[in-house]
Order: sequence, then C-alpha cells, then structure tokens
Amino acid sequence: MNYYESKDLGRFAEVGQFRGELMDKFFAYYNAVVGQDGALSKREKALIALAVSHVKQCPYCIDAYSTACLEAGADPEQMTEAIHVGAAMEAGINLVHGVQMHNALRAKGVL
Amino acid sequence: MSILSVPSEDKKQAAAALAQEYKFSSKLEGSGLDLLPRRIEILQINITKLCNQACVHCHVDASPRRREMMSDAVVEEVFRLLDENPGLKNLDITGGAPELHPRFEEMVRRARAMNRLVMVRHNLTVTLDPHPLTQASLRHLPDFFREQRVEVISSLPYHHEFLTDKQRGSGVFKKSIASLQLLNAVGYGQPGSGLVLNLVYNPVGSYLPAPEADLERDYKRELASAYGISFNKLFALTNMPIHRFKAQLRKNKTYEDYMEKLVAAFNPGAAAGIMCRSLISLSHDGRVYDCDFNQMLDLPVEGDPGLAALDLEVLEKRRIVTADHCFGCTAGAGSSCGGSTT
Repeated sequence: MNYYESKDLGRFAEVGQFRGELMDKFFAYYNAVVGQDGALSKREKALIALAVSHVKQCPYCIDAYSTACLEAGADPEQMTEAIHVGAAMEAGINLVHGVQMHNALRAKGVL
Repeated sequence: MSILSVPSEDKKQAAAALAQEYKFSSKLEGSGLDLLPRRIEILQINITKLCNQACVHCHVDASPRRREMMSDAVVEEVFRLLDENPGLKNLDITGGAPELHPRFEEMVRRARAMNRLVMVRHNLTVTLDPHPLTQASLRHLPDFFREQRVEVISSLPYHHEFLTDKQRGSGVFKKSIASLQLLNAVGYGQPGSGLVLNLVYNPVGSYLPAPEADLERDYKRELASAYGISFNKLFALTNMPIHRFKAQLRKNKTYEDYMEKLVAAFNPGAAAGIMCRSLISLSHDGRVYDCDFNQMLDLPVEGDPGLAALDLEVLEKRRIVTADHCFGCTAGAGSSCGGSTT
C-alpha cells in the first residue's frame, strides 16, 4: 500500500464526516472557482491548477488536473509549459531571496 | 458470402452477457428515457474493413490486412432499399477506408443519381497512400468528391502532429494536412462553395472530449494559421470502450476507470439525441444493426431480419439494442457520427 492511493481522491468528501458544513462551504467555493468559465476559461483555470499541483507536489491533484486539462482541450505542450511556469516561479522565488542574503552580507560588512 | 449469415447463438449470448456489466438499460429506465426510434433518415453502410491505416482506437479493427468487402449481391440490396424508401435521405458510407472498395465510386454515383446526400467517412491519407491491394493511386479522390458533391467527414484527432500520430500512426498528421490542402484546393471547406468538409476529433486516451465549440475554435485558428486550411464543422466524438481501444484500456489496467467515468458522466439530455434513433447501420455482409458500434459487437437489430427482409416501418417500431458501450454515446455532451448530441 502507498500513502497516496489514487482511488482515495474519490473519498475526498469523507472529510466532511465531521463539521460537514465547513466542507460544504469549501466544495461550493471550489466548484465556483474552478468548475466553470468566468473571466478565465475552464481550460486556463485547469492549467493554473496543474501548475499549482506540481508546485505543491500533490499526487491527487496532478492526476485530477492532468485529466481536467485534457478534457478542457489543453494539450501536452500547454500542460508542460504550465508546469514550467510553476518551476520557473519556484526558481525565481528561491533566487530573489538572494537579496536577503545580500542584506545579511551587508550587515556583516562583507558587501 | 451469404447476405443473411448469422452468428451462433452461443456467440451472441456471450457478447450480450459481457456487455451488460454496467447496466445501461437500467440507467436509461432510471432517467425516464425509452429511446424509441424516430423516422429513419440515414442509411450507414460499412462496405469494407480494409484500411490503409491501423489506428489505435479503431472500433472496426480495420487495417491493411483485413479483406472483408461488401459483396455485389449486398450492394444491389442496398440500392433496392434506397429505391423503395425515399425517406432514407442520407447515405453514410464508412469502413475501413470505403474508397478501397472496388465499387465505391459506382455506389456514390448511383446514390447521387437517386438524389441522396452522400457522406463519406474519409480518412484523408487514403488519397496519398497506394491502395493496399492493387497499389493504385487514389489521388483523384478530391476531384471525384467535388464532382459528386459528396459531404466529406474526416478524422483528425488533433491539430498538432504529436497527438494525431500517436493515435493514427507515424507520418499520418503530415499526410492528413497535405490531403486537407488538396480538398481545400478543389473548394471543400471554402465559404460559398457548398462543398462540406467536416473534421472529427476524438481523445487520444481515456478521457472525455473537451466542449466541441472550444475545440472547433482551436482547430480553425491553428489549422488556418499554420497550414492555411479551412473546414466547416468539427465533430467531437467519445472513444468507444470496445475492440482495439478496449484492449488498450485493459492493457493499461484502466478499463474500469474509463467505464466508471462514462457512467458518472451519463447525461439524459445527450442520450435523447443519440444517432441510433434515426439511423440504421448495414454491415458488408448485409446484416442490419442499430449503429456501427453494435455492428462491430455483433449485436444485430431486434429480430435480426437481414437486409433482404428489411421493412423500415417495422424497424421504426423496434426496441433499440443497447449495452454498456452505449455509455460512450451518452457521456457528457454526448457523441454521435455528427459530433455532440446536446
């Protein structure tokens, strides 16, 4: 048995066994955000969600949004670009903290 | 080959038992749908299983190695049926690659002379590949289609090379593009020409099609900008969980997941518009089916009358034969030979 079983995604609603009204609110919010076209299309939202799924490294989300992207008409090139956006953001977020390093170096009199 | 060749009862019963695991008929009843036939206006004939391609998802299992061809006797029965039933307005010719049948062009001419709309399920590459049996060139097909004002319906699984070749074989995308350009050059898909060129999308794997209108917009933009190609409509079809595609699902251990997806996406609105209500399908050996998929599963129309004994009035009162694969036509926006059903 793995810690993450793909079939377990289908049991997501079980989390609402206790304080179900909170999960109801979550699902209503979630579906309103990603489940329909808005100022962004469902395809654009699915690609964003796919990128976030990779950044957060959630196996359930990667499975679900790989399918969602295809079923929204995205193709593997667009999906791959989306995860590169996530990867580039992560790299950028790491590197921009170099400014903090410079602040520290400056405080030590190195810079 | 007999017009009325009938499979063994054992084979039919085994196929029917296998095909009811997901209880399509119960789902229909639970939705308050009866799927009564409507007036039959489309005669779809599958005239050969021979094809120049062997696509991953082909529900016919067509390939260059198949040899099934509609016999002369069945061809004559088809034209007798058309002659006696003016309500059969459309002749939809499919295969395999129907252009590889030796009497294909004669059949088109005769049906057009009878003032029928003729639709040909044309795989595009057959124009450029040599005939698998005779090695003859079929480069005249665009001109022939134009001359006969045939409606051309062609599969192009995606507007990029990778996904198309993944499903239909290496090199198919480039050939398909070249063939589409030949059709455009004789007027197909051009505004005002009246020459209809429709394309067919189907997913490359075990997922449902995106909304048809979204895909059509993408196809029109991408094919026009990259290749200067225009066409009329895009039909989005769902992959049927039968034959080659089913084998692939089984191999990937995803058959149950795919069936559960189709069942979960059951849409009564899509079910009401499915093609078997206004179409009958004939096989190369003259048997009668509710659709091409039932034909491939050897599930003939109720009573299995055979072509020679066919009475459309009786047929319009039949119970349509359904099984689990029917979930493929009723999922999401629905799927038919003319695209989504909603």
